[in-house]
Amino acid sequence: MEILGRFTIDSLPFYSVIAASGAGVTVLGGLLVVGVITWFGAWRYVWTEWLTSLDHKKIGIMYIMVALVMLLRGFVDAAMMRSQQAIAFNSDGYLPPSHFDQIFSSHGTIMIFFMAMPFMAGLINLIMPQQIGSRDVAFPFMNSISLWITTAGAGLVLISLVIGRFSTAGWTGYPPYSGVEFTPGVGVDYWIWAVLISGIGSTMSGINFVATIVKCRAPGMYMFRLPLFTWTVFVTAALMIFAFPALTVACTMLMLDRTLDMHFFTNGMGGNMMNYINIFWLWGHPEVYILVLPAFGVFSEVVAIFSQKRLFAYLSLVFATMAIAFLSFTVWLHHFFTMGSSAKVNSFFGTMTSIIAVPTGVKVFDWLMTMFRGRIIFKPPMLYMLGFLVLFVIGGLSGVLLALPPVDYVVHNTTFLVAHFHNVIIPGVVFGYLAGYMMWFPKAFGFKLNEKWGAWSFWCWTIGFILAFMPLYVLGFLGMPRRMEHYEIAAWQPHLIVAAVGAFIIFLGIVCMAIQLIVSLRDREELVDMTGDPWNGRSLEWATSSPAAPYNFAVIPDVKGLDAFWQMKAEGIAYKQPDHYEDITLPRNSSLGLMIGVLGGVFGFAMIWWIWWLAILSMGVIAVLIIIRACDDHTNFVMPASEVKAIEDAWFAKIAKAPRNEMEDDPGFAGFPAPEGTA
Amino acid sequence: MATAPIIDPKGPIILAERNLMFSATAIMMIVILPAFLMTALFIWRYRGTNRKARYTPDLAYFWPVEVVVWGVPAAIILWLGIHLWHNTYELDPYNAINPSVKPLRVDVIAQDWKWLFIYPEQDIAVVNELVFPAGRPLSLKITSDTVMNSFMIQALGGQIFAMAGMQTRLHLLADEPGKFWGRNVQYSGAGFSDQQFRAIATTNEDFDAWVEKVRGAEEKLDTATYEKLLKPSQKVPVTYYSDYELNLFDTIIAKYAHNDADLTPSSETAEPAQ
Repeated sequence: MEILGRFTIDSLPFYSVIAASGAGVTVLGGLLVVGVITWFGAWRYVWTEWLTSLDHKKIGIMYIMVALVMLLRGFVDAAMMRSQQAIAFNSDGYLPPSHFDQIFSSHGTIMIFFMAMPFMAGLINLIMPQQIGSRDVAFPFMNSISLWITTAGAGLVLISLVIGRFSTAGWTGYPPYSGVEFTPGVGVDYWIWAVLISGIGSTMSGINFVATIVKCRAPGMYMFRLPLFTWTVFVTAALMIFAFPALTVACTMLMLDRTLDMHFFTNGMGGNMMNYINIFWLWGHPEVYILVLPAFGVFSEVVAIFSQKRLFAYLSLVFATMAIAFLSFTVWLHHFFTMGSSAKVNSFFGTMTSIIAVPTGVKVFDWLMTMFRGRIIFKPPMLYMLGFLVLFVIGGLSGVLLALPPVDYVVHNTTFLVAHFHNVIIPGVVFGYLAGYMMWFPKAFGFKLNEKWGAWSFWCWTIGFILAFMPLYVLGFLGMPRRMEHYEIAAWQPHLIVAAVGAFIIFLGIVCMAIQLIVSLRDREELVDMTGDPWNGRSLEWATSSPAAPYNFAVIPDVKGLDAFWQMKAEGIAYKQPDHYEDITLPRNSSLGLMIGVLGGVFGFAMIWWIWWLAILSMGVIAVLIIIRACDDHTNFVMPASEVKAIEDAWFAKIAKAPRNEMEDDPGFAGFPAPEGTA
Repeated sequence: MATAPIIDPKGPIILAERNLMFSATAIMMIVILPAFLMTALFIWRYRGTNRKARYTPDLAYFWPVEVVVWGVPAAIILWLGIHLWHNTYELDPYNAINPSVKPLRVDVIAQDWKWLFIYPEQDIAVVNELVFPAGRPLSLKITSDTVMNSFMIQALGGQIFAMAGMQTRLHLLADEPGKFWGRNVQYSGAGFSDQQFRAIATTNEDFDAWVEKVRGAEEKLDTATYEKLLKPSQKVPVTYYSDYELNLFDTIIAKYAHNDADLTPSSETAEPAQ
């Protein structure tokens, strides 16, 4: 047995200049981060305040940092595909198939698993406990493990750039192509293990969020008083718990086929690829709603705050969310209408799919009704909301068309499909998360983001999106399949050039976001959020200081209705300092979550490369660490009342100095909550 | 050779598929146009600085609105669902197009990265060219001797997967003679981009002449030739075989079968070999 498994010197990326530079950038990027932390002598700070922290807010911020880094990587992949296709008419372009195929596989894998999922988990971690008046999530240590094993999965995808190659089987990894007979080597194994490891993190996150919402709500925060974002989190987390095991099963079986020569999905020997495709989409379709429902939640908060009006038809929105979640488990077959199922089967799944358009349409109109007779303020989060409303409707239209089996036969596997799912994922998911990022940024860091650059990023994302994806709808009608490395049809090229231009404008949108961050950091004194309530908010996360204290709420609030904080402001009981404070018990830092994450990554790496001794060793150490944690009776610490008082006194002094709420300066400001004006 | 089938459908199947798409799009405009209009109108009318517009911060429920926003989309989806059901049965790719006309049978085999067409009634086989008479239905049995593929001639109709050990079916019809473009649209590896073929609808006379031409080809598709052809290859030129191994299509499917019990034909799903 080789000590390094199947690793050889040929596994290094010197087979192509482009691959080698990708590897170089990855390694340099890693070294740069290490270098910067060392330069500032910040290792102790990073270790104690961040890496080992069990504070849900810090875990949330770290999730979002992972997501933004992976967004960059995923975008580079997208830019390479768009530029390749723009020039590859009757030519091989600059990427050979072996490389191009890795790029579309890693683009999809990264964007779904390591951009969207961490971004979502980050926003939820940061905000949800504060919205329900809780001091933390139900299981802070498990939260830390979820973060670090998700990061380990992302790390494996990045490592695949440097050591070995990534999968060429697409982000869905369909067998038999992804089987060992057709794609030997480590690529598909990198995909499997990255997905498997992070999938377990997502399952644990789902459990954590459900437990938190069920068990950790403040007194009076009944389920039907939950802010809509938290409602969508609850439903999403339930979906995660039910859906992710299917992915784990599909990937595990594929892994057994590849590693232990089993035959679940092989051609022949009793294998059947149709089983994989069914199990995969049994997760895959709910996954779409796992991603988009929290974004709907963000939009529901954004539209109410920036229309300065109560959310219209709260109950309707909650039931629509539940309906979407339920239906999401009844439609998976629409991903393969073209597999030869009978008309009976196809029409059932087609009908179920189009039914989802009903609750989704209800949501759109309820948001519009929230704007009706409001006073809309066009801050960047609201711009993203409005962009979403317009563009998402188009994505919904193409979605219903794809739900019609006879139409799907014509455009399935073409760029029409690519256009459709980007049309729901970019305006739906990404715009939602970016709106959340810009709205809740002050809650995380204590200062607001620059609004001018935020608006520019919105316009670039929107215009870029339209240019990049509307041509793909047309190309689908012209028969262009997805995943084409080169082509011979002249009529496609103009559309692909426009799409490449669109991708470049999206890039400018990302640049605007980077500038926004830098400019805001520079001007953080001016942009400081003194009150913790920079937008005249409605739900409880705006009742805490910005950034919130480690315990969020010195005194757990008593909730009396929907829009709890708005009501407190209306009744004049917000910002009242209590006479005395009590000791607060909080989770103690733990390095075990980080260590389990790192070892999980090592285990995955060892399994990919067949380094069996290392796999056994790392799994054994993980087991030992978990036992150590289970035996630890001192996982919490008590923050004495005096320390709480000191933190709270400082905040109240700051509020006293804040002459007025920052929203008052806006010309569209409609006024503070008045006592009689609330329900 | 690529045309936009939604503008210029070349056969009754694609025409029906396209018409379904048009009518579905039209009916959905009942909700989509109001959504666009309301967005534009509300952004303008209820901008914060417009102090003339009515402001009712506590308007959070009004039951007629609920009736409309649930009712209208539900009615549309009901309409759509009925049409969906009907059309999915009508346009089931397994359906014979015109039972009174005897279709041309062609057995299709996907390989890395080319297409093999077997004409069982003509006893010929062709690589990367599908010739058939216009006006006569084309009845395809499709399988794969490699990874999963998807067979599509978009100018004539939708696609269907090709899977090893199984056969799927597809029925197409070209109204008039013409040259179309067909290909695999399911990613299948390094040679995927070039995995395409010419689909040529001819007159009956031209078709007969073409069959005679292929029958005159020197090469025959015996087992050894087939094995050679099966090896992964790209940009394979059109190749004619004047004869082929008997039951080749069924043999290829049976290659992947492992259990006689699975060979029972089924009329409903992707069928195993008979």
